[in-house]
Amino acid sequence: MKWKTKDGGWSPYLAGALVGLLAIASVYATTQWMEKSNYLGASTTFVRAAGLLERTVVPDHVEANEYFTKEKVRVDWQFMLVLGIFIGALISSVTDKSYRLESVPPIWENRFGSSIGKRAVGAFLGGGVAMIGARMANGCPSGHGLSGMMQLSVSSFVALAMFFSVGVLVAIFVYGRRSL
Amino acid sequence: MSIDQMLGLITGILFGFLLQKGRVLRFEKQVGAMLLKDMTIFKFMLSAILVGMVGVGLLADAGIITMSHKPMNLGAVLLGGALFGMGWAVMGFCPGTSIGALGEGRWHAVFAIAGMVVGAALYAELFPFIKSTVLAWKDFGKIGLPEVLEVSRWVIIPFFWAGTISLFFWFEKKGL
Repeated sequence: MKWKTKDGGWSPYLAGALVGLLAIASVYATTQWMEKSNYLGASTTFVRAAGLLERTVVPDHVEANEYFTKEKVRVDWQFMLVLGIFIGALISSVTDKSYRLESVPPIWENRFGSSIGKRAVGAFLGGGVAMIGARMANGCPSGHGLSGMMQLSVSSFVALAMFFSVGVLVAIFVYGRRSL
Repeated sequence: MSIDQMLGLITGILFGFLLQKGRVLRFEKQVGAMLLKDMTIFKFMLSAILVGMVGVGLLADAGIITMSHKPMNLGAVLLGGALFGMGWAVMGFCPGTSIGALGEGRWHAVFAIAGMVVGAALYAELFPFIKSTVLAWKDFGKIGLPEVLEVSRWVIIPFFWAGTISLFFWFEKKGL
C-alpha cells in the first residue's frame, strides 16, 4: 500500500487512522480538562455563529429563542475546533503546495458551466437545506459519521445511511448519469 | 482564551491538517463518492472509525470517559438525514469540510458556509414547530448498538472491522 497519493497527499487510510487517534485523544483530553467527554463535531457551531450574528441586530430575539437557549450561543470548544479546521487545512495545503484558488469545481462546471453565480446559488441553497437536515438529525458527517459510529450509536448508523443514500440519488439526478 | 477554547483550537488544527492531507475536503471527493466513483472519503472516515471505536470503547469500559449517544429520534434522523443528503449533494461539502475547503483555497465554500449559517438561523426559528411535529413522532432515546443487540461491544467490533476491511479490499480491486 502506498503512503502517498498521486496528488501528493497521504493515503486516506493513514490520514483517517490518525484522525481516529486524534478523536480518542480528544475525548480523553476534554474529559480531563473540561469535566465532560466531548466528541468531534461541527454543525452546532453554525447555530452558534447564526446566534452571534443575529445578536448584534436583535439581541432580545436571540435571548427569547428556545433553540438558541438550548444550544447556548457562545464561542465554545467546538466553535474553536471549527476555526482550527480552517487553520490546519491552510497550513497543510500551503506547505505541500496543494493550495488552489477555485471558484467552480470541475464536476459542477461540466454540468452547469463556469458561472460563479450559479455555483454560488447552488452552494448557498444546498448549504441551507443540508444544515436544516443536520440540525434536525442532531449531527453531520463529523458528529454522526465519525463520533457516533465510533460509539456504535444506533442513530448514527441510520443517519449515515440516510445521508449517503439520498446523497447518491440526488447527485446522480443533479450531475447526470453521464458523470458516472 | 479559556482552556476549553484552547483545547478546541489545537484539536481543530490537527483535524483540519489531517482532513487536508487525506484530500477529503474537496467538492470532487465528496461528490465523487456520491457518484460512486471515488471512495476516498469513505476510506478516510471508516479508517478513523475503526481506530476510534477501539480506543473509545476501552476508555469507556475503564470508566475514564463517558459515551454520548445522539438520540435515535426516528423522524429526526430519517427526515433530517434525507434533507442533509439532498443539500450535501448540491453543496458538495459537509459542515466541517466546508471550512477546511476554504482553508485550502476553494473559496466558493463561502457560499456554502453562508447558506449553512442561514439554514441554522431558519432551524432556530422553526424549532418550536419541528419539536411538536417531526421530533414528536417516535424517540427511542440515546441508544447504542450493544444495548439493542444485548451483546458486548467487543463482539460487534470484530465484525465491523472484518466487514470494513473487506470493503477496503473491494474498493482497491475496483480502483474506486
